[in-house]
Amino acid sequence: MSKKTLVEATINGETIEFLCEPRQSLLEALRDVLELTGSKEGCLTGDCGACTVLVDGRAVCSCLMLGVEAQGKSIVTVEGLATNGVLSVLQNKFLEHAALQCGICTPGFLISAKSLLDRNPKPTEHEVRYALAGNLCRCTGYDKIVKAVLDAAADIRSQGEVKAAPR
Amino acid sequence: MAASTTTGDFKVIGTRPIRPDGVDKVTGRAKFGADYAFPGMLHGKVLRSPHAHAIIKSIKIDKALKLPGVKAIVTSKDLPQAENKLEQSGELTVNPRHLSMNILAHDKVLYDGHAIAAVAATSPHIAEEALRLIEVEYEVLPPVMTVDAAMRPGAPILLKDLRNNEEGDKPTNVAQHFQFKRGDVAAGFKAADYVIEREFNTAMVHQGYIEPHNAVGIYNSDGQATIYCSTQGAFDVRSLSAHVLGMPVGKIKVVPAEIGGGFGGKTTIYLEPLSVLLSKKTGAPVKLVMSRSEVLRASGPTPGSKIKVKMGATSDGKLVAAEIWMAYEAGAFPGSPVAAGALCIIAPYTVENFQIDAYDVVVNRPKTNAYRAPGTTQAAFASETVIDELAEKCGIDPIDFRINNGVKEGSPQIMGPPFKRIGFIQTCEAIKNSPHYKSKLTGKFRGRGVASGFWFNAGMQSSAMVNIHTDGTASVVTGSPDIGGSRASMAMIAAEVLGMPMTDVRPITADTDSIGHTDVTAGSRVTFATGMAVYEAAKDAVRQLIERAAKVWEKKPDEVEFRDGMLHAKGNGVPPMSIKQLAPRFPRTGGPITGRASVNPRGVGPGFATTVVDVEVDPDTGKVQVLRCTIAQDAGKAIHPSYVEGQMQGGTAQGIGWALNEEYFYDDKGTLRNSSFLDYRIPTCLDLPMIETIIVEEANPGHPLGVRGVGEVSIVPPVAAVANAIYRAVGVRMTQTPMSPPRLLKAILKHRGAAQHSAAAD
Repeated sequence: MSKKTLVEATINGETIEFLCEPRQSLLEALRDVLELTGSKEGCLTGDCGACTVLVDGRAVCSCLMLGVEAQGKSIVTVEGLATNGVLSVLQNKFLEHAALQCGICTPGFLISAKSLLDRNPKPTEHEVRYALAGNLCRCTGYDKIVKAVLDAAADIRSQGEVKAAPR
Repeated sequence: MAASTTTGDFKVIGTRPIRPDGVDKVTGRAKFGADYAFPGMLHGKVLRSPHAHAIIKSIKIDKALKLPGVKAIVTSKDLPQAENKLEQSGELTVNPRHLSMNILAHDKVLYDGHAIAAVAATSPHIAEEALRLIEVEYEVLPPVMTVDAAMRPGAPILLKDLRNNEEGDKPTNVAQHFQFKRGDVAAGFKAADYVIEREFNTAMVHQGYIEPHNAVGIYNSDGQATIYCSTQGAFDVRSLSAHVLGMPVGKIKVVPAEIGGGFGGKTTIYLEPLSVLLSKKTGAPVKLVMSRSEVLRASGPTPGSKIKVKMGATSDGKLVAAEIWMAYEAGAFPGSPVAAGALCIIAPYTVENFQIDAYDVVVNRPKTNAYRAPGTTQAAFASETVIDELAEKCGIDPIDFRINNGVKEGSPQIMGPPFKRIGFIQTCEAIKNSPHYKSKLTGKFRGRGVASGFWFNAGMQSSAMVNIHTDGTASVVTGSPDIGGSRASMAMIAAEVLGMPMTDVRPITADTDSIGHTDVTAGSRVTFATGMAVYEAAKDAVRQLIERAAKVWEKKPDEVEFRDGMLHAKGNGVPPMSIKQLAPRFPRTGGPITGRASVNPRGVGPGFATTVVDVEVDPDTGKVQVLRCTIAQDAGKAIHPSYVEGQMQGGTAQGIGWALNEEYFYDDKGTLRNSSFLDYRIPTCLDLPMIETIIVEEANPGHPLGVRGVGEVSIVPPVAAVANAIYRAVGVRMTQTPMSPPRLLKAILKHRGAAQHSAAAD
């Protein structure tokens, strides 16, 4: 048995400490140590994207990063997308557009989509497809997912315009 | 867009509400099988064969058992002798002996990845380390990887006890020969003006669900076991595990977790009995989860196939004869869906003379399992390509050719009895009239292809309960794991009957102790059969509501009517009462209300789909890009249109992956060389266009709401449609899947060479 390391990280806005074996992936630490099972394991080789989380704002496959590498980082998982129990625009658009069937890939798609919209609020369909190409979905044929993300982008933009409008 | 023949004034059915499990699934709260954890839980891993075909001479586990943290190891010696017989389980025919041999290899390993032993340890990493300490001595045998190799005289025999219905007591790899015929095939071909004969080969492909198989087993000292797992059929997991473990069905409870995709692949068992065995040995809950590589190597993909199709048509475009030979790779044990493929291969058409011979063949590959319209996509690739060629010979538009020969109400099915009301022609008409088909496709190396498909759909057994809560809302309980949004449909059907908003109905998928027997979520049957049970259970609840209202009003039940969610007293001016108003009076009028129904419906309505695909081929690389795609499918009645579209789009995407990329690639030793999502490449969203859908609603007369079921037939047309589109783009007929860049490029170069050769000769 390998010795555990104490890791301090910000997870979904909370600064926390956890113990982690050096060989445990971030995904394993999230799921098995922190009981944040929203991030899913689909392949453990970084091919399916079901485990995608934001690390300091960047979308990363948490299966390809070690838990100890989270030291000092800020991590956002699917559990951190809603604010005080209120769903984000992206989450609501996935529901409205029926952009999920089984739902196993949904957490990863939501994180990748958030990462896209955070840096590109006005993506084209091709840009959405490009940004989500690292996330595999076998149920939907992607049609409704792409539409949900485009609609969420439009919604977020119009909200922003409302906020920015002079009183 | 929809073309509908269903009538009925629905308030909930046909709308698009948010699914009841939606919030859980966008917040990460939904509990899938691998998300379960219990105090003191151990983790299991499975040792798998590196050989495709070998005799196990010995297994030594002593060293592994000594590793700190290892708690137990099981091998086939821990399994009871299971019976060598055929038994029906849901839609599967199961041989308990073969099932047991697949869970843990007995004396032989039969494919790369075949399970040999399972370890339980305090962490998955320790369990994995222990696997390396188990010593297995093999005598390696030559692998038999294709139907050709397996059917060859003198081929190595996989299963020494296997006999078929034709060769007496001769050991064989051919498990069964099915034959279906009608009319006079020779006379049919004589009448034909055009005859096309081609041979097709399709590669073994996987369902590709994103969630790997998983199970947590808890065995109690009183002999009761509980299994938590992601499955399409909790009752099947229970009965199949009972076979393998030699336990009574009533001692096993299966709790179906949320399921991360299945497409037919999660209708059987792999890890479930191992989790129980290891729990029994250790006294602790044991969780096993497959890696992606294990999923590909050792779960149940769909067969590769070899299919020879000869079909004839008269010059005016009438199909007159078909002669078909097909052999499917069953994998290590018998049971490929070749008979289903045979029954579906020309099912959309009336052909007066045909003979279909179908062979189920064992090979050193994983035991295949159902995959969305099992056996039919391979078959349709062959037949729909030949039909496209015949249409071209006759100079008839491929859609018109299909309409001219297509089955309609009264046409004979392959087995003889006539079809009831069906919507095949309507799917063809819908595509013909679609903006897509009417648009002009321009540009070099671009082509448009169409193809159609048939699937039986299924009925089978379902149970449902509808509970009216004390506040007048309701829950609907079924035993059907929800794999694509069916809970929404169940809630909508109950809400429609009860006259409630869908948000007042909470749908539950229950465990095997909490609801009557319910067959597997498969065969496109849930909205049809479980939906029928829900409909009947809700009607049963309404009947009881009427009785209660009658009691309150001191009237006879037939003096009370239920409409629009309100109870009305006939005649005099008693104001109507809502369920919410009546609910507080349940205790004084006879107690709680639960509507119940169990069904095994016969009125299954077959499904048809027609798909049009535009492609562009890169002539220098052979890469195919799908530019546009439209599918028309007969749903009977779409309960929640968004999730019907989702089934159509998902099946189409899988079909496109099957056509262009996906394939099991074995080396000459029988080792799978692409057991990852990097190398077994399913379509990404960058590979696909939007998938346009046309829901045809030709009501199924065998269902109170006209439902047929929509889960499967969408996967059937795309492979052939893509092949037909490629032909129109670059002039080559592809007869092998996947139509991957190297394979297509080779065909293009050969075609070009032949064209240059014949030009030079002119």
